[in-house]
Amino acid sequence: MATTVKIPIKDQNLVSSLQDFFKTMLRDGDITGLMVAQHLPMKSSVMPTLVTDPDKLDAVDPLAPVFPMNAAKVVSKLTRKPLGGKVAVVLRPCEIRAFIELVKLKQGRVDDVVLIGIDCLGAYSNVHYPAFVGEDGMEATARFYRNIQEGKGTACDGFDLSPACKACEYPIAENADVLIGVVGMDIKDHLLAKANTSRGEDLLDNLGLSSTGEPEQRKKEIEKLVAERIAYRDQMFAETSEATADLEKLVNYLSNCVNCYNCRVACPVCYCRECVFLTDVFDHEPSQYLRWAKRKGILKMPTDTVFFHLTRMAHMSTACIGCGQCSNACPNNIPVMEIFRTVAHQTQKAFDYEAGRSLDDEPPLSIFREDEFQEVVAKMH
Amino acid sequence: MSDFEPTIIAFVCNWCTYTAADLAGTSRLTQPPNVRMIRMMCTGMVDPKYVIKALLEGADAVLISGCHPGDCHYINGNLKARRRVKLLKEILPRFGFDERRIKLTWIGASEGIDFANTMKELVNEVKELGPSKVRKQMVI
Repeated sequence: MATTVKIPIKDQNLVSSLQDFFKTMLRDGDITGLMVAQHLPMKSSVMPTLVTDPDKLDAVDPLAPVFPMNAAKVVSKLTRKPLGGKVAVVLRPCEIRAFIELVKLKQGRVDDVVLIGIDCLGAYSNVHYPAFVGEDGMEATARFYRNIQEGKGTACDGFDLSPACKACEYPIAENADVLIGVVGMDIKDHLLAKANTSRGEDLLDNLGLSSTGEPEQRKKEIEKLVAERIAYRDQMFAETSEATADLEKLVNYLSNCVNCYNCRVACPVCYCRECVFLTDVFDHEPSQYLRWAKRKGILKMPTDTVFFHLTRMAHMSTACIGCGQCSNACPNNIPVMEIFRTVAHQTQKAFDYEAGRSLDDEPPLSIFREDEFQEVVAKMH
Repeated sequence: MSDFEPTIIAFVCNWCTYTAADLAGTSRLTQPPNVRMIRMMCTGMVDPKYVIKALLEGADAVLISGCHPGDCHYINGNLKARRRVKLLKEILPRFGFDERRIKLTWIGASEGIDFANTMKELVNEVKELGPSKVRKQMVI
């Protein structure tokens, strides 16, 4: 039986109550450190911080509707070798799912971390959040949740969630060691903390919180939220498939790409230390460009744009967890997430795989069996 | 379309299909000259990007050919190749590439006749498909 406890909300203040919870966790829990998103002194930014002193948690705000990067990348940095202590990491569901992919790709280990997943109602883009946040980051988070509580949804002050978040069917981090429940809870009274694993139970046991159950209302609201997200997602898939249905349309779709490869840098699962597109394989001889130009009479510069995106789809779409950081990082507003998720949905289905679901599912391109996919082998002669 | 001569890029395994090609040659079997062979140590090292690049450059078809399952010199490279071909056949047709332009076959070292026949059949098939549109199209 999973341990489920109450995180009390004091003075109807969601943000400060969660801060108190994390302070207690770092002080009394069996952990050396806590990695959690905090507002930095520069008011508009919220970044992961690794904290060992409970007094340095005053700007913690994992509910802020923004994540400038997918923090799975930094958890990977923390865990590629023994860490020398146990650290609880507070992540969004998509960050946990990306980390699970990275662990399977041997880019991190779960041994030294306790994964704490918070229900995610979505985030604004890196461009919209600073405009939304104003002077007081924590007040802005409260404003965001007040808006939702009042039934006005996630659009607030003229800003709305990024398309990736609107299309995300995984708002609940079911695969975390500890799940913090927000959806369907009375956020003026208490939130949930549920241990899904023994590691999670060990962490919650020492915090002196009263146990509770998961309210029926929460299940209903989660179902409703997921249904909305899937409806948005499926429409996005249909529109994106239509917009890229042939090579000419794909060229059109990607025509603003300047080969900056920010999407690859921002992608949490694109893990190669050195991407082949940055190596001298792509430092073509000057005369080569002229030969290419002569072949069709015209060559778009820089070259290899469609080649890059198709290759990234082949290399990484089976691990795509749909966080949308590729679109977040694109300087030219190319809907990268849309096309990647659309392709990823198909490739993952083809291999009966769901990226980020579980450490037990083997990544499609790292396993193979003798009797499979006979249909792709041509029967000739 | 009868005067259309397709360009086919073939990534072949050193130990099986390339050896079969060699055998077909020394056996003086006639084969169409449309296939440009690239010898790999194993089909397991054919990265999807090689296939993508060839098709984007206007190749009319790409063939990957290796050892029969169970015969791989490196135990399971051909099985990896098969998964990658599966992957490419999921991705590329979405963007208008004809799935029939991506071929995977197994041809063992002793199968010189099979090699020659496969090349003939492949070239005929691609002739019927006609030239790849990408030949003339600007790809960014």
